Amino acid sequence: MLKLIFNFLIFPGFLFASCVGLIAGWVDRKVTARIQWRVGPPWYQNFVDIIKLSGKEIIVPQGAKAIFLLSPFAGLLSAVLAAVILGRSILVPAQSFVGDLIVLLYLLVIPAASLIFGASSSRNPLASVGASREMKMVLGYELPFILVAVVAIIKCEGAVKLGNILSYQMSFTSNLILPSGWVSPSGLIAFSVAILCMQAKLGFVPFDAAEAEQEIMGGTLIEYSGLPLAVFKLTKALLLYTMPLLLIVLFWGKDLRPAFLIVKYVSLLVVVILIKNTNPRLRIDQALRFFWGPMTVLALVAVVLALFGI
Amino acid sequence: MNIKLKALTKSIWVFHAACSPCNNCDIEILDLLTPRHDIERLGMTLAASVRHADALLVTGIPNTKTKERLKTLYEQAPKPCVVVAIGTCACGRNMFRDSYNSPCNIDDIVPVDVYIPGCPPKPEAMIAGVAKLIEKLKSK
Ligand code: SF4
Repeated sequence: MLKLIFNFLIFPGFLFASCVGLIAGWVDRKVTARIQWRVGPPWYQNFVDIIKLSGKEIIVPQGAKAIFLLSPFAGLLSAVLAAVILGRSILVPAQSFVGDLIVLLYLLVIPAASLIFGASSSRNPLASVGASREMKMVLGYELPFILVAVVAIIKCEGAVKLGNILSYQMSFTSNLILPSGWVSPSGLIAFSVAILCMQAKLGFVPFDAAEAEQEIMGGTLIEYSGLPLAVFKLTKALLLYTMPLLLIVLFWGKDLRPAFLIVKYVSLLVVVILIKNTNPRLRIDQALRFFWGPMTVLALVAVVLALFGI
Repeated sequence: MNIKLKALTKSIWVFHAACSPCNNCDIEILDLLTPRHDIERLGMTLAASVRHADALLVTGIPNTKTKERLKTLYEQAPKPCVVVAIGTCACGRNMFRDSYNSPCNIDDIVPVDVYIPGCPPKPEAMIAGVAKLIEKLKSK
Protein backbone atom coordinates (compact mmCIF):
# COMPACT_ATOMS: atom_id res chain seq x y z
CA MET A 1 0.00 0.00 0.00
CA LEU A 2 2.72 2.43 1.04
CA LYS A 3 4.66 1.44 -2.05
CA LEU A 4 1.66 2.20 -4.24
CA ILE A 5 1.29 5.64 -2.72
CA PHE A 6 4.99 6.23 -3.16
CA ASN A 7 4.67 5.14 -6.80
CA PHE A 8 1.74 7.42 -7.38
CA LEU A 9 3.01 10.53 -5.64
CA ILE A 10 6.76 10.49 -6.03
CA PHE A 11 8.43 8.02 -8.38
CA PRO A 12 7.53 7.41 -11.24
CA GLY A 13 4.34 9.32 -10.54
CA PHE A 14 3.39 12.88 -9.85
CA LEU A 15 6.59 14.50 -8.57
CA PHE A 16 9.06 12.85 -10.89
CA ALA A 17 6.87 13.02 -13.98
CA SER A 18 5.92 16.64 -13.49
CA CYS A 19 9.53 17.67 -12.86
CA VAL A 20 10.65 15.92 -16.05
CA GLY A 21 7.68 17.35 -17.93
CA LEU A 22 8.33 20.90 -16.75
CA ILE A 23 11.99 20.64 -17.69
CA ALA A 24 10.96 19.24 -21.08
CA GLY A 25 8.68 22.24 -21.38
CA TRP A 26 11.68 24.45 -20.71
CA VAL A 27 13.65 22.60 -23.41
CA ASP A 28 10.78 23.40 -25.74
CA ARG A 29 10.82 27.11 -24.89
CA LYS A 30 14.61 27.31 -25.00
CA VAL A 31 14.96 25.54 -28.36
CA THR A 32 12.14 27.69 -29.77
CA ALA A 33 13.95 30.79 -28.53
CA ARG A 34 17.25 29.66 -30.05
CA ILE A 35 15.55 28.95 -33.38
CA GLN A 36 14.23 32.51 -33.31
CA TRP A 37 17.70 33.77 -32.37
CA ARG A 38 16.61 34.76 -28.87
CA VAL A 39 18.08 33.82 -25.51
CA GLY A 40 15.05 32.18 -23.92
CA PRO A 41 14.00 31.71 -20.31
CA PRO A 42 16.13 30.20 -17.51
CA TRP A 43 15.71 26.48 -16.77
CA TYR A 44 13.48 26.98 -13.72
CA GLN A 45 11.02 29.18 -15.59
CA ASN A 46 8.16 26.67 -15.78
CA PHE A 47 8.43 25.86 -12.07
CA VAL A 48 8.25 29.55 -11.26
CA ASP A 49 5.22 29.92 -13.51
CA ILE A 50 3.40 27.13 -11.70
CA ILE A 51 4.22 28.56 -8.25
CA LYS A 52 3.17 32.02 -9.33
CA LEU A 53 -0.13 30.82 -10.80
CA SER A 54 -0.97 28.90 -7.65
CA GLY A 55 -0.67 32.14 -5.68
CA LYS A 56 -3.00 34.17 -7.87
CA GLU A 57 -6.66 34.87 -7.39
CA ILE A 58 -9.04 32.19 -8.70
CA ILE A 59 -11.84 33.78 -10.65
CA VAL A 60 -14.97 31.75 -11.32
CA PRO A 61 -17.05 33.31 -14.08
CA GLN A 62 -20.64 34.13 -13.28
CA GLY A 63 -22.94 31.13 -13.70
CA ALA A 64 -20.15 28.57 -14.12
CA LYS A 65 -20.85 25.10 -12.76
CA ALA A 66 -18.74 23.20 -10.23
CA ILE A 67 -17.27 21.27 -13.15
CA PHE A 68 -15.35 24.41 -14.01
CA LEU A 69 -13.14 23.88 -10.95
CA LEU A 70 -13.27 20.06 -10.83
CA SER A 71 -12.31 19.21 -14.39
CA PRO A 72 -8.66 20.41 -14.23
CA PHE A 73 -8.08 18.03 -11.33
CA ALA A 74 -9.72 15.13 -13.16
CA GLY A 75 -7.34 15.77 -16.04
CA LEU A 76 -4.35 15.96 -13.73
CA LEU A 77 -5.24 12.76 -11.87
CA SER A 78 -5.64 10.72 -15.03
CA ALA A 79 -2.43 12.11 -16.50
CA VAL A 80 -0.59 11.13 -13.30
CA LEU A 81 -2.14 7.68 -13.41
CA ALA A 82 -1.04 7.24 -17.01
CA ALA A 83 2.49 8.31 -16.07
CA VAL A 84 2.52 5.80 -13.18
CA ILE A 85 1.30 2.88 -15.30
CA LEU A 86 3.82 3.65 -17.99
CA GLY A 87 6.67 4.21 -15.55
CA ARG A 88 5.92 0.99 -13.66
CA SER A 89 5.84 -1.06 -16.83
CA ILE A 90 9.24 0.31 -17.83
CA LEU A 91 10.73 -0.33 -14.38
CA VAL A 92 9.31 -3.83 -13.89
CA PRO A 93 7.87 -5.12 -17.21
CA ALA A 94 6.82 -8.39 -15.56
CA GLN A 95 4.33 -6.73 -13.22
CA SER A 96 2.05 -5.01 -15.72
CA PHE A 97 -1.59 -6.15 -15.93
CA VAL A 98 -3.58 -7.40 -18.92
CA GLY A 99 -4.91 -4.63 -21.10
CA ASP A 100 -2.96 -1.80 -19.50
CA LEU A 101 -2.29 -0.43 -22.98
CA ILE A 102 -6.04 0.03 -23.46
CA VAL A 103 -6.39 1.64 -20.03
CA LEU A 104 -3.53 3.95 -20.92
CA LEU A 105 -5.13 4.99 -24.20
CA TYR A 106 -8.32 5.87 -22.33
CA LEU A 107 -6.48 7.72 -19.56
CA LEU A 108 -4.67 9.83 -22.11
CA VAL A 109 -7.97 11.05 -23.57
CA ILE A 110 -9.27 12.30 -20.21
CA PRO A 111 -7.03 15.42 -20.06
CA ALA A 112 -8.48 16.56 -23.40
CA ALA A 113 -11.97 15.71 -22.19
CA SER A 114 -11.43 17.69 -19.00
CA LEU A 115 -10.35 20.66 -21.09
CA ILE A 116 -13.57 20.35 -23.09
CA PHE A 117 -15.76 20.08 -19.97
CA GLY A 118 -14.02 22.95 -18.22
CA ALA A 119 -14.18 25.20 -21.23
CA SER A 120 -17.80 24.53 -21.97
CA SER A 121 -18.86 25.09 -18.36
CA SER A 122 -17.16 28.49 -18.28
CA ARG A 123 -19.92 30.08 -20.39
CA ASN A 124 -17.46 32.03 -22.47
CA PRO A 125 -18.26 32.03 -26.21
CA LEU A 126 -14.59 31.88 -27.22
CA ALA A 127 -14.03 29.02 -24.78
CA SER A 128 -16.88 27.10 -26.37
CA VAL A 129 -15.34 27.65 -29.79
CA GLY A 130 -12.12 26.26 -28.35
CA ALA A 131 -13.98 23.32 -26.77
CA SER A 132 -15.64 22.39 -30.05
CA ARG A 133 -12.30 22.56 -31.84
CA GLU A 134 -10.67 20.42 -29.17
CA MET A 135 -13.47 17.89 -29.54
CA LYS A 136 -12.95 17.66 -33.29
CA MET A 137 -9.22 17.37 -32.77
CA VAL A 138 -9.68 14.46 -30.35
CA LEU A 139 -11.97 12.73 -32.85
CA GLY A 140 -9.36 13.36 -35.50
CA TYR A 141 -6.20 12.04 -33.90
CA GLU A 142 -7.63 9.21 -31.82
CA LEU A 143 -8.50 7.07 -34.86
CA PRO A 144 -5.00 6.87 -36.37
CA PHE A 145 -3.46 6.71 -32.90
CA ILE A 146 -5.41 3.61 -31.95
CA LEU A 147 -4.60 2.00 -35.31
CA VAL A 148 -0.95 2.72 -34.61
CA ALA A 149 -1.21 1.03 -31.22
CA VAL A 150 -2.75 -1.96 -33.02
CA VAL A 151 0.33 -2.10 -35.26
CA ALA A 152 2.54 -2.41 -32.18
CA ILE A 153 0.29 -5.15 -30.79
CA ILE A 154 0.36 -7.12 -34.05
CA LYS A 155 4.13 -6.83 -34.31
CA CYS A 156 4.54 -8.18 -30.79
CA GLU A 157 2.36 -11.20 -31.59
CA GLY A 158 -0.78 -9.97 -29.90
CA ALA A 159 0.59 -8.70 -26.63
CA VAL A 160 -1.77 -6.15 -25.08
CA LYS A 161 0.34 -5.80 -21.96
CA LEU A 162 2.88 -3.00 -22.03
CA GLY A 163 5.25 -5.31 -20.18
CA ASN A 164 4.92 -8.02 -22.84
CA ILE A 165 5.36 -5.51 -25.66
CA LEU A 166 8.55 -4.35 -23.98
CA SER A 167 9.94 -7.79 -23.19
CA TYR A 168 9.14 -8.98 -26.74
CA GLN A 169 11.11 -6.10 -28.17
CA MET A 170 13.93 -6.64 -25.71
CA SER A 171 14.30 -10.31 -26.53
CA PHE A 172 13.87 -9.92 -30.32
CA THR A 173 14.21 -6.52 -32.00
CA SER A 174 12.50 -3.18 -31.60
CA ASN A 175 9.36 -2.71 -33.66
CA LEU A 176 11.21 -0.34 -35.99
CA ILE A 177 13.63 -3.04 -37.12
CA LEU A 178 12.87 -6.39 -38.77
CA PRO A 179 14.51 -9.52 -37.33
CA SER A 180 16.59 -9.68 -40.51
CA GLY A 181 18.17 -6.34 -39.62
CA TRP A 182 16.33 -4.20 -42.17
CA VAL A 183 14.17 -1.22 -41.27
CA SER A 184 10.60 -2.40 -40.85
CA PRO A 185 8.30 -0.44 -43.20
CA SER A 186 5.20 -0.95 -41.06
CA GLY A 187 7.04 0.08 -37.92
CA LEU A 188 8.46 3.18 -39.55
CA ILE A 189 5.13 4.30 -41.02
CA ALA A 190 3.31 3.70 -37.77
CA PHE A 191 5.99 5.54 -35.82
CA SER A 192 5.76 8.61 -38.05
CA VAL A 193 1.97 8.65 -37.78
CA ALA A 194 2.29 8.29 -34.01
CA ILE A 195 4.63 11.28 -33.81
CA LEU A 196 2.10 13.48 -35.62
CA CYS A 197 -0.71 12.20 -33.38
CA MET A 198 1.46 12.99 -30.38
CA GLN A 199 1.92 16.51 -31.72
CA ALA A 200 -1.86 16.94 -31.80
CA LYS A 201 -2.32 15.35 -28.39
CA LEU A 202 0.17 17.74 -26.85
CA GLY A 203 -1.67 20.65 -28.46
CA PHE A 204 1.40 21.93 -30.28
CA VAL A 205 1.49 23.90 -33.50
CA PRO A 206 0.33 22.97 -36.23
CA PHE A 207 -2.54 21.34 -34.31
CA ASP A 208 -3.19 23.97 -31.64
CA ALA A 209 -6.34 25.49 -33.14
CA ALA A 210 -8.18 24.86 -29.85
CA GLU A 211 -5.84 27.16 -27.97
CA ALA A 212 -5.05 29.66 -30.69
CA GLU A 213 -3.85 32.77 -28.87
CA GLN A 214 -4.19 35.09 -31.81
CA GLU A 215 -7.73 34.29 -32.92
CA ILE A 216 -9.64 33.01 -29.90
CA MET A 217 -7.40 34.32 -27.10
CA GLY A 218 -6.39 31.07 -25.47
CA GLY A 219 -9.61 29.30 -26.44
CA THR A 220 -10.31 26.57 -23.92
CA LEU A 221 -8.15 28.19 -21.24
CA ILE A 222 -9.52 31.71 -21.63
CA GLU A 223 -11.52 31.85 -18.39
CA TYR A 224 -9.04 30.00 -16.20
CA SER A 225 -6.86 31.84 -13.73
CA GLY A 226 -4.77 30.98 -10.70
CA LEU A 227 -4.60 27.41 -9.42
CA PRO A 228 -6.84 25.70 -12.04
CA LEU A 229 -4.71 27.22 -14.78
CA ALA A 230 -1.59 25.95 -13.01
CA VAL A 231 -3.16 22.49 -12.89
CA PHE A 232 -3.83 22.58 -16.61
CA LYS A 233 -0.23 23.62 -17.24
CA LEU A 234 0.95 20.74 -15.05
CA THR A 235 -1.26 18.33 -16.96
CA LYS A 236 0.31 19.56 -20.18
CA ALA A 237 3.74 18.96 -18.68
CA LEU A 238 2.76 15.44 -17.61
CA LEU A 239 1.55 14.67 -21.12
CA LEU A 240 4.83 15.98 -22.47
CA TYR A 241 6.49 13.38 -20.25
CA THR A 242 4.09 10.51 -20.97
CA MET A 243 3.52 10.71 -24.72
CA PRO A 244 7.11 10.39 -26.00
CA LEU A 245 7.68 7.65 -23.43
CA LEU A 246 4.63 5.75 -24.69
CA LEU A 247 5.92 5.93 -28.26
CA ILE A 248 9.30 4.66 -27.11
CA VAL A 249 7.65 1.74 -25.31
CA LEU A 250 5.48 0.88 -28.30
CA PHE A 251 8.09 1.10 -31.03
CA TRP A 252 11.57 1.76 -29.81
CA GLY A 253 11.86 -0.43 -26.75
CA LYS A 254 14.88 -2.52 -27.64
CA ASP A 255 17.23 -1.07 -25.08
CA LEU A 256 15.81 0.82 -22.14
CA ARG A 257 18.83 1.42 -19.99
CA PRO A 258 18.57 4.93 -18.46
CA ALA A 259 21.14 6.54 -20.75
CA PHE A 260 19.49 5.12 -23.88
CA LEU A 261 16.05 6.03 -22.60
CA ILE A 262 17.08 9.65 -22.04
CA VAL A 263 18.68 9.92 -25.48
CA LYS A 264 15.56 8.47 -27.13
CA TYR A 265 13.27 10.75 -25.11
CA VAL A 266 15.23 13.87 -25.92
CA SER A 267 15.47 13.06 -29.61
CA LEU A 268 11.68 12.57 -29.82
CA LEU A 269 11.25 15.84 -27.95
CA VAL A 270 13.48 17.67 -30.41
CA VAL A 271 11.53 16.24 -33.35
CA VAL A 272 8.29 17.52 -31.82
CA ILE A 273 9.80 20.95 -31.18
CA LEU A 274 11.17 21.19 -34.71
CA ILE A 275 7.78 20.29 -36.19
CA LYS A 276 6.26 22.89 -33.91
CA ASN A 277 8.60 25.62 -35.01
CA THR A 278 8.56 25.05 -38.73
CA ASN A 279 4.84 24.83 -39.37
CA PRO A 280 1.97 27.32 -39.36
CA ARG A 281 -1.24 26.52 -37.55
CA LEU A 282 -3.76 24.42 -39.48
CA ARG A 283 -7.41 25.34 -39.54
CA ILE A 284 -9.51 22.81 -37.67
CA ASP A 285 -11.09 21.40 -40.85
CA GLN A 286 -7.66 20.99 -42.42
CA ALA A 287 -6.39 19.22 -39.31
CA LEU A 288 -9.39 16.90 -39.23
CA ARG A 289 -9.02 16.11 -42.93
CA PHE A 290 -5.31 15.50 -42.38
CA PHE A 291 -5.92 12.95 -39.64
CA TRP A 292 -8.89 11.17 -41.15
CA GLY A 293 -7.36 11.22 -44.62
CA PRO A 294 -3.63 10.58 -45.10
CA MET A 295 -2.87 9.64 -41.49
CA THR A 296 -5.60 7.01 -41.19
CA VAL A 297 -4.75 5.58 -44.60
CA LEU A 298 -1.08 5.36 -43.65
CA ALA A 299 -1.96 3.74 -40.32
CA LEU A 300 -4.14 1.19 -42.13
CA VAL A 301 -1.31 0.46 -44.56
CA ALA A 302 0.95 -0.08 -41.56
CA VAL A 303 -1.58 -2.49 -40.03
CA VAL A 304 -1.76 -4.50 -43.25
CA LEU A 305 2.02 -4.55 -43.62
CA ALA A 306 2.35 -5.65 -40.00
CA LEU A 307 -0.10 -8.50 -40.66
CA PHE A 308 2.19 -9.64 -43.47
CA GLY A 309 5.06 -9.53 -41.05
CA ILE A 310 7.15 -6.74 -42.54
CA MET B 1 9.13 38.26 1.13
CA ASN B 2 7.07 35.16 0.50
CA ILE B 3 7.78 32.66 -2.24
CA LYS B 4 4.70 33.36 -4.31
CA LEU B 5 5.52 37.05 -4.58
CA LYS B 6 9.08 36.14 -5.49
CA ALA B 7 7.75 33.82 -8.19
CA LEU B 8 5.55 36.63 -9.43
CA THR B 9 8.53 38.91 -9.97
CA LYS B 10 10.22 36.21 -12.01
CA SER B 11 7.28 35.40 -14.24
CA ILE B 12 5.24 38.47 -15.13
CA TRP B 13 2.74 37.68 -17.85
CA VAL B 14 1.69 40.87 -19.52
CA PHE B 15 -1.59 41.67 -21.16
CA HIS B 16 -1.64 44.33 -23.80
CA ALA B 17 -4.51 46.72 -23.13
CA ALA B 18 -4.51 49.14 -26.05
CA CYS B 19 -6.66 52.05 -24.94
CA SER B 20 -6.97 54.05 -28.19
CA PRO B 21 -3.26 54.68 -28.78
CA CYS B 22 -1.78 55.79 -32.09
CA ASN B 23 -0.32 52.26 -32.32
CA ASN B 24 3.28 53.34 -32.09
CA CYS B 25 3.55 52.35 -28.45
CA ASP B 26 2.09 48.93 -29.28
CA ILE B 27 4.70 48.36 -31.93
CA GLU B 28 7.40 49.23 -29.42
CA ILE B 29 5.88 46.76 -26.96
CA LEU B 30 6.05 44.05 -29.60
CA ASP B 31 9.69 44.99 -30.10
CA LEU B 32 10.28 43.71 -26.59
CA LEU B 33 9.62 40.19 -27.83
CA THR B 34 12.11 40.35 -30.69
CA PRO B 35 15.60 38.82 -30.54
CA ARG B 36 17.28 42.11 -29.63
CA HIS B 37 15.38 42.65 -26.39
CA ASP B 38 13.76 39.25 -25.69
CA ILE B 39 11.92 39.77 -22.41
CA GLU B 40 11.28 36.03 -22.17
CA ARG B 41 14.74 36.00 -20.57
CA LEU B 42 13.05 37.61 -17.57
CA GLY B 43 10.17 35.16 -17.68
CA MET B 44 7.75 37.61 -19.25
CA THR B 45 5.39 36.54 -21.99
CA LEU B 46 2.37 38.06 -23.65
CA ALA B 47 -0.74 36.51 -22.12
CA ALA B 48 -3.55 35.69 -24.50
CA SER B 49 -6.38 36.20 -22.05
CA VAL B 50 -6.65 38.83 -19.33
CA ARG B 51 -7.40 36.05 -16.84
CA HIS B 52 -3.79 34.92 -17.18
CA ALA B 53 -2.30 38.39 -16.80
CA ASP B 54 -0.10 39.72 -14.02
CA ALA B 55 0.43 43.13 -15.56
CA LEU B 56 -1.70 45.29 -17.80
CA LEU B 57 0.28 47.34 -20.27
CA VAL B 58 -1.95 50.31 -21.00
CA THR B 59 -1.18 52.52 -23.98
CA GLY B 60 -2.98 55.58 -25.31
CA ILE B 61 -5.57 57.97 -23.97
CA PRO B 62 -8.84 56.57 -22.68
CA ASN B 63 -11.80 57.94 -24.59
CA THR B 64 -15.42 57.65 -23.56
CA LYS B 65 -15.65 54.11 -24.92
CA THR B 66 -12.33 52.57 -23.99
CA LYS B 67 -12.63 54.09 -20.51
CA GLU B 68 -15.35 51.55 -19.63
CA ARG B 69 -13.44 48.72 -21.32
CA LEU B 70 -10.27 49.42 -19.37
CA LYS B 71 -12.20 49.40 -16.12
CA THR B 72 -13.78 46.04 -17.00
CA LEU B 73 -10.41 44.63 -18.02
CA TYR B 74 -8.87 45.61 -14.71
CA GLU B 75 -11.75 44.02 -12.84
CA GLN B 76 -11.38 40.83 -14.90
CA ALA B 77 -7.69 40.43 -14.16
CA PRO B 78 -6.82 38.14 -11.23
CA LYS B 79 -5.16 40.00 -8.36
CA PRO B 80 -2.34 40.73 -7.62
CA CYS B 81 -2.19 42.61 -10.88
CA VAL B 82 -0.12 45.69 -11.64
CA VAL B 83 -0.82 48.38 -14.23
CA VAL B 84 1.93 49.87 -16.34
CA ALA B 85 1.18 53.08 -18.25
CA ILE B 86 3.28 53.11 -21.40
CA GLY B 87 3.82 56.27 -23.43
CA THR B 88 3.24 59.92 -22.76
CA CYS B 89 -0.40 59.54 -23.73
CA ALA B 90 -1.00 57.00 -20.99
CA CYS B 91 1.05 58.95 -18.47
CA GLY B 92 -0.68 62.27 -18.79
CA ARG B 93 -2.61 62.53 -22.07
CA ASN B 94 0.01 64.77 -23.63
CA MET B 95 -1.47 67.12 -26.21
CA PHE B 96 -4.83 65.37 -26.16
CA ARG B 97 -5.57 66.69 -22.69
CA ASP B 98 -8.15 69.21 -23.91
CA SER B 99 -9.53 66.98 -26.60
CA TYR B 100 -13.33 66.66 -26.76
CA ASN B 101 -13.33 62.86 -26.47
CA SER B 102 -10.74 62.47 -23.75
CA PRO B 103 -12.65 62.52 -20.49
CA CYS B 104 -9.99 61.49 -17.98
CA ASN B 105 -6.51 60.15 -17.29
CA ILE B 106 -5.72 56.46 -17.02
CA ASP B 107 -4.92 56.81 -13.34
CA ASP B 108 -8.42 58.16 -12.74
CA ILE B 109 -9.77 54.77 -13.85
CA VAL B 110 -7.27 52.20 -12.61
CA PRO B 111 -4.40 52.43 -10.09
CA VAL B 112 -1.19 52.79 -12.11
CA ASP B 113 2.01 51.34 -10.61
CA VAL B 114 4.64 52.42 -13.11
CA TYR B 115 4.69 55.27 -15.60
CA ILE B 116 6.97 54.94 -18.61
CA PRO B 117 7.03 58.24 -20.54
CA GLY B 118 8.20 58.68 -24.11
CA CYS B 119 6.46 59.05 -27.43
CA PRO B 120 6.86 56.15 -27.95
CA PRO B 121 9.21 55.02 -25.15
CA LYS B 122 12.21 52.99 -26.26
CA PRO B 123 12.11 49.26 -25.46
CA GLU B 124 15.11 49.89 -23.19
CA ALA B 125 13.06 52.41 -21.25
CA MET B 126 10.29 49.84 -20.88
CA ILE B 127 12.72 47.24 -19.56
CA ALA B 128 14.07 49.83 -17.10
CA GLY B 129 10.47 50.51 -16.06
CA VAL B 130 9.86 46.83 -15.53
CA ALA B 131 13.01 46.60 -13.40
CA LYS B 132 11.63 49.41 -11.24
CA LEU B 133 8.32 47.56 -11.08
CA ILE B 134 10.04 44.42 -9.80
CA GLU B 135 11.85 46.50 -7.16
CA LYS B 136 8.53 47.95 -6.13
CA LEU B 137 6.91 44.51 -5.89
CA LYS B 138 9.82 43.23 -3.84
CA SER B 139 9.47 46.01 -1.30
CA LYS B 140 5.81 45.15 -0.76
S1 SF4 C 1 2.67 58.15 -26.46
FE1 SF4 C 1 3.10 58.75 -28.57
S2 SF4 C 1 3.49 56.83 -29.60
FE2 SF4 C 1 2.44 56.33 -27.71
S3 SF4 C 1 0.29 56.22 -28.23
FE3 SF4 C 1 0.70 58.31 -27.54
S4 SF4 C 1 1.14 59.46 -29.40
FE4 SF4 C 1 1.32 57.27 -29.91
